[in-house]
Amino acid sequence: MKFRLYRFHPESGEKPFMQDVELDIDPAGKMLLDALLAIKAQDETLSLRRSCREGVCGSDAVNVNGKNRLACITPLSELKQPIEVRPLPGLPVIRDLIVDMEPFYKQYRSVKPWLINDEPEPEVERLQDPADRALLDGAYECILCGCCTTSCPSFWWNPDTFVGPAGLLQAYRFIADSRDEATAERLDNLEDPYRLYRCRGIMNCVDACPKGLNPTEAIGRIKSLLVKRRV
Amino acid sequence: MSTSGAHTGTGSWLLQRATAIVLAFVLPGLLGYFLIALPVDFAGWQALFAALWLRVLMLLAGLALALHAWLGMRDIFMDYVRPIGLRLALYLAVIATLAATLVWLAAVLWGMV
Repeated sequence: MKFRLYRFHPESGEKPFMQDVELDIDPAGKMLLDALLAIKAQDETLSLRRSCREGVCGSDAVNVNGKNRLACITPLSELKQPIEVRPLPGLPVIRDLIVDMEPFYKQYRSVKPWLINDEPEPEVERLQDPADRALLDGAYECILCGCCTTSCPSFWWNPDTFVGPAGLLQAYRFIADSRDEATAERLDNLEDPYRLYRCRGIMNCVDACPKGLNPTEAIGRIKSLLVKRRV
Repeated sequence: MSTSGAHTGTGSWLLQRATAIVLAFVLPGLLGYFLIALPVDFAGWQALFAALWLRVLMLLAGLALALHAWLGMRDIFMDYVRPIGLRLALYLAVIATLAATLVWLAAVLWGMV
């Protein structure tokens, strides 16, 4: 199979380039990550992140033939050759397919992605009724791979001021949580021309999410809550 | 790095959506109305605009268009014009242009020129 890989070694002083690679591999039942690891076995200078190899850890997000996806759950057989693999767009490249996720995490941290509840801790657990729990479906499953945020042109352009789809989905996850007491502060934190309203609803994030989540819907719900609060 | 909200933006967003809905209905409606009536001479146009409701509707559509255009232009400047002084100057230029156009529209509709 034919591959085109983005290569960048900062210490070499050379500019990034695309490397054509031929690999003898039977695509049946194999994922892109299998091929990348086989290529790395031939040429150990190829750098990439991976861990769980089953779409749970979110560390091997890459841009494949123009779309952000997880290499470990992308079947080789469905990809058009040459398979072009690049690092996630919109983030600084450290080396080859490895990007600096810090701008992404910085925005993620800014929404305080943890439960805020100052009530005394109950004996066992904080209970939720099933309807309240159901509100978290589609919001809690995010693995923070960065596929959505790095496919968003608003984030490419305003990475320092726009929270991005992943961060906003997590913000909604805690806004919607019946056990969280900081809803008003969370809405205050997002009500901003840049932080929330740079989202233009183009839904690249929905297209990119390897877990099938819908950040645009969550963003819409945040906007609805802000409108309700105001009107 | 801004990690807390400016507590604004919802009003603008709401206004942009509201004016978009108004324009989506009013502009094709007005166009259709003019195409059906389609006066052939000046007297015909004058007669058409004699109706007060049409003039009021035109002015309201102009207002919605101006507000919508202002919000859109502001968004473009926020993304592409980073120097604050220049951005402010452009804001004022757009506001002045839109306000002047709106007043001009009113003047035309009420036959001051």
